Amino acid sequence: MELICPAGTPSALRDAVAAGADAIYCGFSDETNARNFPGLNFSRAEMAESIAHAHDEGALVLVAINTFARAGGFELWQRAVDDAVDAKADALIVADVGVMEYVARAHPQQRLHVSVQAAAANPDAIQFYVDRFNAKRVVLPRVLSVPEIAAIAKAVKCETEVFIFGGLCVMEEGRCSLSSYATGKSPNMDGVCSPASHIQYREENGMLVSRLGEFTINKFANGEAAAYPTLCKGRYQTSEGAGYLFEDPSSLDATTMLPELKKAGVSALKIEGRQRGRAYIERVVRTFRQALSALDQGLPVPSDALRGLSEGQSTTVGAYKKTWR
Amino acid sequence: MGEANQHKAGPEMKLTLGPVLYNWKPEAWRDFYFRIAEEAPIDTVVVGEIVCSKRSPFIAEHIPAVVERLSSCGKDVVMGSLTLMSLTRERNAMAELAAAPELTMEVNDLSCLGMLGDRPHAIGPFVNIYNEATAKYFASHGAKRICLPPELPLTAIRTIAAALPDVTFEVFGFGRAPLAISARCYHARLNKLSKDNCKFVCEQDPDGLAVFTLDNEPFLAMNGVQTLSYACTSVLGEIDDLTEAGVRSLRLSPQQCDMVEVAKVYRDVIDGKRSVAEGAAALTAIYPIPVANGFLYAKPGSTFINNVAEAQRTARAL
Repeated sequence: MELICPAGTPSALRDAVAAGADAIYCGFSDETNARNFPGLNFSRAEMAESIAHAHDEGALVLVAINTFARAGGFELWQRAVDDAVDAKADALIVADVGVMEYVARAHPQQRLHVSVQAAAANPDAIQFYVDRFNAKRVVLPRVLSVPEIAAIAKAVKCETEVFIFGGLCVMEEGRCSLSSYATGKSPNMDGVCSPASHIQYREENGMLVSRLGEFTINKFANGEAAAYPTLCKGRYQTSEGAGYLFEDPSSLDATTMLPELKKAGVSALKIEGRQRGRAYIERVVRTFRQALSALDQGLPVPSDALRGLSEGQSTTVGAYKKTWR
Repeated sequence: MGEANQHKAGPEMKLTLGPVLYNWKPEAWRDFYFRIAEEAPIDTVVVGEIVCSKRSPFIAEHIPAVVERLSSCGKDVVMGSLTLMSLTRERNAMAELAAAPELTMEVNDLSCLGMLGDRPHAIGPFVNIYNEATAKYFASHGAKRICLPPELPLTAIRTIAAALPDVTFEVFGFGRAPLAISARCYHARLNKLSKDNCKFVCEQDPDGLAVFTLDNEPFLAMNGVQTLSYACTSVLGEIDDLTEAGVRSLRLSPQQCDMVEVAKVYRDVIDGKRSVAEGAAALTAIYPIPVANGFLYAKPGSTFINNVAEAQRTARAL
């Protein structure tokens, strides 16, 4: 299985290559990619240089052009596609049907991956992208269990890629407007979710209150670890009970699922976190490289090595092991 | 009410009744549509369970009668597809729906497009159409009607509609805005049940279960695997803007209130028989939930911009 690592900067890309990534994914510093954070991502020149470096070291670079093109602004996405092709990207990761159609028409030789934002959760949806745009790989949503992934991998005529570590969406990716409801900024249109620019903290009766836009997302007692106020991982109340109604403030760690994912026929494993620092990326990549080597040699996979790196200090295998099904 | 805020828009703006998103009692569901058929000034009705396939069997036996009644009363009937499909039985049900030549399907998941080939169809608000290039692609493969995603701002709506004058564009006009879909059921989670053994607890909340912040701010509404806004969308003040932008139908999404009256309010405001302010006051009486329209203005979707008050302020300033 290919190990795919995020890079928010050219130096993070070099670290990930050195730590043993098979492929790195990254994006241009504009609204064409879904981690459109200040100070992050690549200029055109940085992209070309970074891809050349990765190729010298035997690693691939996948360029994420995975937001939905703004109406009236389609040229920006077309230019991102053209420039990524010119920079010799090994694949483009795309979510928008209009952008996919452009890639297939203007650059028929370019390898195309279906972004997780494209919400391809079943074999028919995936086959649509394969048939219409010649997609070679699909990144599966984090809402599927391992048996469902195995069934999909068997049924579709393309490779499958799954997330194994980092942020965890509990809503289907690419179909969530919760962030824009509270802040006006959405993953689909702006490449951000629950953006830091709209978060405020305040002290209230000895509690730390986190707010997103005009809404309270959580309250923490003294000494309680205060997780980042991602909207779907807040604490809320209803007439029938209160608490973490959607998901606890946990992140994904599927280390223990690696043997099952391999058996399921998954082609590539993806680490989330282009917004993360170099030290984090380096450690996560190195740890997963070791875990995959152990797996290949038939040795037990170490499971606890990454504890402490996750937001809110707790991790979950997410939907992969479907206890709620 | 003065004539200043009377709508100038002609009768070209139509009304669509979106599918019932909640788990209603089957007989109540059937009777709701029978009354819509007879009494509501609605042009197109989308029927079918689009949120959770576990609910589908309950309404299935009433669908033929409902479709028949709506059609015989002159409504165009469209069958909505599921929004998120992962099970084989869900896939097979949609393939069967897509194969029925006498029914128009509203596609809420791309997997249905392969089943339809390029046969004429509608596209629902859960397919991501954010720009004119994507809209053109779908239109060139059989999409005749497109209900755009609720979070799209008016500027984007205008650009997309202008690029495709032959497609009927629709936007979300009334009801709690659908914001997210998950494979996980939050009603089951709240009741400490598994999804497979959910006991259909969502039926206790036929208008969605209100979700408040820890500071008691009304925020969201839970509907099984779906999450909606707490606030009710209202675009009464934007009917002229939407018409001018090329929108040809407003989608009214069923809530637990008198939807026939809701439709009459929208129809009257479109036709200039009631002012926006009169319509808004009537709507508040029919469905006393705070209103929101922020998405249209590229603002947080939870906010409400009082377009009429803004227009009056501007008029005074001039």
